[in-house]
Parts: sequence; structure tokens; C-alpha cells
Amino acid sequence: MLKYIAKSLAALAILVGFQLIGELLQRALALPIPGPAIGMALLAGVLIVRRRPPAPDAALGRTSNALLIWMGLLFVPAGVGLMEHVDLIEAQLLPITVGLVGSSLAGVIVTGLIMQHLVARRSRRPVSEGALHAD
Amino acid sequence: MPTDLHAAWFAFAGTPLFGLPVTILAYLAAARLQRALHGAALVNPVLIAIALIIAILKLTGTPYATYFGGARLLHLLLGPATVALAVPLAANLEHVRRHLPEISIATIAGSIVSAASGVLLVRLCGGSVAIAASMAPKAATTPIAMGVAAESHGIPALTASLAILGGVFVACVGETVLRWVRATDWRAYGLAAGTAGSGIAAARVYMQNPAAAAFAGLAIGLNGLITAIIVPLAMHAWLPGK
Repeated sequence: MLKYIAKSLAALAILVGFQLIGELLQRALALPIPGPAIGMALLAGVLIVRRRPPAPDAALGRTSNALLIWMGLLFVPAGVGLMEHVDLIEAQLLPITVGLVGSSLAGVIVTGLIMQHLVARRSRRPVSEGALHAD
Repeated sequence: MPTDLHAAWFAFAGTPLFGLPVTILAYLAAARLQRALHGAALVNPVLIAIALIIAILKLTGTPYATYFGGARLLHLLLGPATVALAVPLAANLEHVRRHLPEISIATIAGSIVSAASGVLLVRLCGGSVAIAASMAPKAATTPIAMGVAAESHGIPALTASLAILGGVFVACVGETVLRWVRATDWRAYGLAAGTAGSGIAAARVYMQNPAAAAFAGLAIGLNGLITAIIVPLAMHAWLPGK
């Protein structure tokens, strides 16, 4: 049990360590990407180079899984900050609602449709070549 | 006596003794409600927990800053949670690598359309320039969105709220909307959720399909990069004198 907790904490330290490296690189090189996203790219790079992504039951896999499953909870403290802007949002309720809903829908639909068609086209290609462009 | 009680309350309202349990219990209650309703996407636990806590803070007269001081520990874990997206990304490297050109094209298009339509719709409905500039970067991950808003005449704190509301909205309706337009591929779902809904939508995707979350994680990084570069340039071209 103690060993289990110690390994989980060590995995958390690895994640925080990659975040730290990301934040340092971001400051040093004035990159327009936040430190945690740079840390994600670096850790993914290390895992890929080692050619062994952590198994779901290994410490890093299980700690990452736990953080991702509970990620919604982690957004709550910042989300409660909404209460500070209730007056402003009420004053401009229509433009904010229409803008938020409309642009979110547009983003989902454009990204999803383009990806859907590009992926479908590519996976059809070898088949349709063999079948004399069946479609 | 009420003054003593008040003083006692404020002595601990700003400590993790209040912020941590109230946040965790509100979220667990909201998550249980969602499970009781068979995982309905519309019952978003993030939104319900936020509403519950705002009600508690209003009822007890506790300022947001006091609550946040105690809940900061959870907020700080967002950083390592973002880094943790590397694990599904590495585990699904083959899928991601095979589709890298498609991922780039779809994310760049979605990111530009999302920012431009946000500005356009806010202005069409009579919203101020500050609201439009706060809306533009809201699909990007929160730290980028706030930084971009600050650079382009927006209100960073409002952008943070819009980013969270937008993420909740995409988590609630994203899958259904994609089914309407017949984009049912899981890679398209993951990518669209990450591009339009950032971490909150990605968290929902991860619960449903960790492989799709690899696409969502990549979309968050790419969309952040595109937003950080394009939105400030476009806003300065639009409002050169400001």
C-alpha cells in the first residue's frame, strides 16, 4: 500500500517535472504555447523514443489516468470565477450567448466534418484503387 | 454571537479546509447525478458543481477570492493533468501519426472559424469590441486564451469564464451535433472536442474513449498555437489604432 502511494507520488513528480521544463522553455524562448502543453509534447516525445508507453497499470499510466478521469473537477475552482462576471454577462447577454453557442458549434462542426471527410477519403483510397474506383 | 460566528467562518473560509471539501463534494454529487441519469451529456458535472458552489458562496457571503485561496490546490493540478495527456498520445501514436496531415488541416480550419465566428456573432448582436475580443480566443486552452485576450483589447478574466462555459457546452452537445452532420468517426469527435472545447470537452472524451482523447489532446496544443499566433494579428489588423 505504502509502495503503491510512493510510486503514484513519484509519477506525479514526473508529470510536474515535465510541466516545469515546459514552463522554463516557454519563458526562455518566449514561446506562444503554455508550459504544460510543451511539457505534454516533451513527455510524449520521451515515451515515443523509449518505444514503450506506460501500461495502464504502471505508476505513470495509472496516475495519468486518474488525473484525466478527474480533470473536470480540476476546472471547477476557476469556473466558479464566473460569479465575478455575472453583471457584465447580464448586461451583454444576447451577444455573449449567441457568440458562445454559435462559435462553439461552428468550431465543432467545421473540425469534425473536415476530419471525417479526410479520414474517410484516405481509408477508401486503397480499396477504391483495387476496385476500379467503385464509388 | 453572530459576529463571533462570522469571524470564525472567515478564519477558515479561505483555507483548504473549506475550499477542498466543498469543491470535491459538489463535484461528486454532480457526477452521481449524471450517473443516475445514465450518463446524460447534458447533465455536465463541471457546470452543476460550479452552480452549487456559487450558490453556497452567495448564501454564506463568501467572496470568490477567499474560496479560490482554499481550492487552489485542485486548480494547480490542471498543469500535470495537461502533461498527462502525453500518455494516451504516446499510446495511440500510430493512429495520430497516420493522420497528421488531416489533423493539421481540420484543426487549423476549426480554430480559425471558431475565432472569426465568435467575433462576428458578438458584433452582429450589438456586443462591444471588448466582448468580441474576449470571445475570439475562448476555444484555446485557458492560459493561452487569457494571454491572447490581454494582448488584443479583451478582458482576460471574462475570457476564462467564456472558455469554461464554451468547454461545458461542447462537452454537452458536441457528440450529438456531430451525429446530426454525420461526422461519426471517433477521431473526428476527439479532434473537434479538443479544438472547440479544450480541456473540459477532452475530459468528457477521455471518459468515453481514451484513444479519441489522444486526438483531443493534440487538438488542444495545435489550436492553442494557432490561436496565439492568428488572433492577436487579426485583432491588431482590425483595430490598428487601439
